[in-house]
Amino acid sequence: MSGAFDVAIIGAGDVGSAIARELARYELRIALLDRGDVGAGTSKANTAILHTGFDAKPGTLEARLVARGHRLLSDYAAQVGIPIERTGALLVAWDDEQLEALPAIGERARENGYDRAALIALDDLYRREPHLGAGAVGALEVPDESIVCPWTPPLAWATQALLAGVAVLRGTRVVGLSRLADCWRLDTSGGPVLARWVVNAAGLYSDEVHRMAGCEGFTITPRRGELVVFDKLARPLVSHILLPVPTGITKGVLIAPTVFGNVLLGPTAEDIEDKEDRACTSEGLARLRAHGARLMPELLDHEVTATYAGLRAASEHADYQLQVDGGLAYACAGGIRSTGLSAAMAIAEWMRDALAGAGLALAERAGGLPMVRMPNIGEALPRPYARDELIAEDPAYGKVICFCERVTLGEIRDAARSAIPPRDLDGLRRRTRVLTGRCQGFFCGARVARELAREGGIDIGGLR
Amino acid sequence: MVTDRADVAIVGAGPAGLAAAVELRRRGVGSVVVLDREESAGGIPRHACHSGFGLRDLRRVLPGPRYAAHRAELALAAGAELRLRTQVTGWNAQGALELTTPTGRHELAADAVVLATGCRERPRAARLIAGTRPQGVMNTGMLQQLVYLAHERVGQRAVVVGAEHVSYSALLTLHHGGARAVAMTTELRHQQSLAAFRVGAAARFGTRLRTRTAVTAIRGDRRVQAVELTALDSGRVHEVECDVLVLTADWVPDHELAVLAGAELDPGTRGPAVDAMGRTSRPALFAAGNVLHGAEPADVAALNGRHVAGGVLDHLAGSPWPLAPVRIMCAEPLAWIVPNRVPAGRYAPGRHRLRSREELHDVRVEVRQDGRCLHRQRLVRLVPGRSASIPAPWAAAVDPGGGEVVVLVTRARRWS
Repeated sequence: MSGAFDVAIIGAGDVGSAIARELARYELRIALLDRGDVGAGTSKANTAILHTGFDAKPGTLEARLVARGHRLLSDYAAQVGIPIERTGALLVAWDDEQLEALPAIGERARENGYDRAALIALDDLYRREPHLGAGAVGALEVPDESIVCPWTPPLAWATQALLAGVAVLRGTRVVGLSRLADCWRLDTSGGPVLARWVVNAAGLYSDEVHRMAGCEGFTITPRRGELVVFDKLARPLVSHILLPVPTGITKGVLIAPTVFGNVLLGPTAEDIEDKEDRACTSEGLARLRAHGARLMPELLDHEVTATYAGLRAASEHADYQLQVDGGLAYACAGGIRSTGLSAAMAIAEWMRDALAGAGLALAERAGGLPMVRMPNIGEALPRPYARDELIAEDPAYGKVICFCERVTLGEIRDAARSAIPPRDLDGLRRRTRVLTGRCQGFFCGARVARELAREGGIDIGGLR
Repeated sequence: MVTDRADVAIVGAGPAGLAAAVELRRRGVGSVVVLDREESAGGIPRHACHSGFGLRDLRRVLPGPRYAAHRAELALAAGAELRLRTQVTGWNAQGALELTTPTGRHELAADAVVLATGCRERPRAARLIAGTRPQGVMNTGMLQQLVYLAHERVGQRAVVVGAEHVSYSALLTLHHGGARAVAMTTELRHQQSLAAFRVGAAARFGTRLRTRTAVTAIRGDRRVQAVELTALDSGRVHEVECDVLVLTADWVPDHELAVLAGAELDPGTRGPAVDAMGRTSRPALFAAGNVLHGAEPADVAALNGRHVAGGVLDHLAGSPWPLAPVRIMCAEPLAWIVPNRVPAGRYAPGRHRLRSREELHDVRVEVRQDGRCLHRQRLVRLVPGRSASIPAPWAAAVDPGGGEVVVLVTRARRWS
C-alpha cells in the first residue's frame, strides 16, 4: 500500500507520544495523531509525580509497568533535560487505623520489588517536615518518589519521534475507523489517513476509539481531580511529597512541591459523566482547603496561584487495558488512570514487544533515535534568566517577559521556533511556564500574547 | 558577574519609587538607582488612560500615561538613574540585589534599598472562583495593557467584578476596547466609589450594578461564555452571558523581595511591616507605596515615597535601625493600619491609614496598649477599599517596652 502509514497512533498524550518515540527506533512509517496539541488532554493536568509503583496492586500490569517506567523516565529525564527532583515521599498516618496500615503498605512495596520503603519515627517526621499540621502519628518513607515536570515529557517524546521521521498530526480528530482489505482508514478532521496498524492511545476517548475499531470490553468514566497550586513563597514549607494513607474509606489528598517551585494540594476524586468537564467546583475547592487546613495549616496563609481539574481516564477494570490483536492489526493502550506519566515509557516498550509478537516487522533504523535537549523550565537547575553566559551570547535570554515565572523573550522565541511549536497561549504556557505565575497575566498577559504573535506568527485575536 | 554600587537602590519605577528618587536626589544623595523590569517607567499609571492623577502630589490633574511620563522625567531631571528592563530576581549572600538584564546578570549593592514594587489584583484562582479556565478572564491590569498598549479589542459583553474606583476605570477601558460591561458585581451592600460614577456607568453604558452578589462559577470552553452569579442574601443563582470577565481590585502587595529578604510581613496588609519612616524589620531595607498594603491612588503612593526618602536620609546619616518595634494590630472588622510598627526612641509621628473590611458609619475608633487608651477618634464612615486617615500624635505615647498596640472599633453603625 503506497501512501499508507505502517502505524497510526491515536492520541499524543503521555502514552501515545512515548509509543511513537519507541516505535520511531524502527524502519516504520508512523503517524501520531491528536485532536489538539501534544500533551494537551489528560496528560497536562495531573499531580506531576513520578511514582515508584510501591503501592500498586502486586501482579498487575500497572505494578510492573510503573516500576519499570519509573526507572526509564528517571534516566530519560536526565538525558533530555526534563525537570525532575527526587524529593521522596512520606505517607503520613493521622490516626491509628492509618498507622496500622503502614506496615502492610511497606510489605506490598516489597512484593512490587521496591524494598526501600521504611517506617520512620514520629519525631523524625516532624524534623523533616516541621510545618506539618499537628496530630500525625507516624509515617512511611518512600525515598524514590519524585516530582517531575508534567508538560515536558510528552513534548520530548513527540519531538524525538518527529525528528526521527514520525508525522505528528496535531489538530487532527479521528472520527471514524474502517477496516479496508489491507489497512485501516482513519477518517479525521484533516481528511482520511491510511495505516496498516492502529494503536489506540486516546486516553479519555480510548473506549470510543476501541468501539470504532469494532472492539468491546471497557468504558471510560472520567474521574475528576481538582487541585490547588500555592504561591512559590510557600515552597519552603514542604520538602517531600506528603501522601495520604489509603484506607479504603477516604481517599485523602496529597501535598507536593512542584518542579516549578510551587506547592500542590489535591486531588479530589469524583466520577463524572462528561469527558470535557474540567471545571473546578466550589465544593471541591472547599474540601481541598479543609484538608489543607489539617495537613499544613500554614499553607493556607499563602496566596493561591492556580486551580485546575484533571480527568483520570478510569475504566471499570482495576488494571490497564493493554491489548494487541494481530488479526485486526489493532492495539489498545487504554484505561490508564493516573499513572500514565510514570508508566508511559514502559507501556511503550510493552507495546513494541506485543506488536512485534503480533507480526509487526521491527527493523532498527540506522543511527538510532536523534538526541533532543528540552528547554529547562524547572527550578532545580539554572534557568536562562539566571545564566550570565547564555545572556552574553544572546541578550534575548536577559529580557524577562513573564516576571513572576521569569520567562524570557529568548525562551518564547525558542518555543515558537521549536519542532512542535505552540499554537496558542496554553501551548506556550506548557512549553515555557509563561502566565502560570502568581499574577496570572496582570503584568505581562498582553505582552506575552504580542510576543507569541510576533514570534509564532499566531493571530493575536485568537489568543486572549 | 559585575557588582555595581549605589547609595540608594529603589526597586520599582512607579509613583512611589520615582517620587522617593526625586526627594533623595533633591536632598543631596549622590547616587540613586531606580530599577524597573518594564520597558518604560511610571508603573501602573502608564496604562490607566483616564484623568485624575497627580492632584495631591503634583497639584495638577493628568491622565495616567502623562502622569507616568512626567514622574519619570522629574526623576531623571533630579539626577536619578533609571535602569529599565531590569528584573530583580533576589538577594545575594551579602545583601546585594541580583539582577537580570539584556546585558547579563548583575549585582547592585546599596547602603539602603527601597522596595516600591507595588501591588496586583488577585487573579481568578486566588479568589477560588469555580468553573472552567477559558480565555477572556483577566484583571484590570491586563485589560488596560491589551486595550491601551496593544490596541486590542477585548470582546463584546463584559462582566466586571468589583465596584471600586478601579472597577469604573475598567468600565472605561472596556468601552474603549469595544466591549460593553453589562454588569458590575460586588459582595458588599454598596459600591465603594463615587455615586456619580455609578450613575454615569448606568446612563452611559447601561451597566447594572449588582450588590451583595458573588461570581461563583465561570463557564465556557476556549472562551468564557457566561458567569454564574449568586445573590448572597437570597442564595438565588443565575447566569449572565459574557465573553469577558474582568476581576478588579482585591489588591495584594507584590512582596516577594521583602519575603526573600526575610522582612516581617504584617498580617493585615500582607505587605512588609513598616514604621512611619518606611523601615522594615530588615536593616537598611525600606518599603514605600502600594507594596505596603495594596492599592492607594498613585498620588498617595508618590507622597509616601517622598516621605520614606526622609527615613532613608536618616539611615544614611547613621541613625541606628530600630530593634523590636511595637506592633500595631487591627481588631476585626478593621483590615489593616499602616504604618504598623512603632519604634522606640525618636519618632516623627505622621498619619496612619486605616481600612475596614465592612462598611461602617459613625465609627468610634480607639487605639489601646495594655488596656490603656492612647487615642480615641470618630470617623464619619469607613468603606472597604478606601482608607481613613488618622493622625498619630498618640504614637509618642506608646510604651516601647509594652505589648501590642491594638486599634479597634468601639462603636459603629453598620450600613444597610
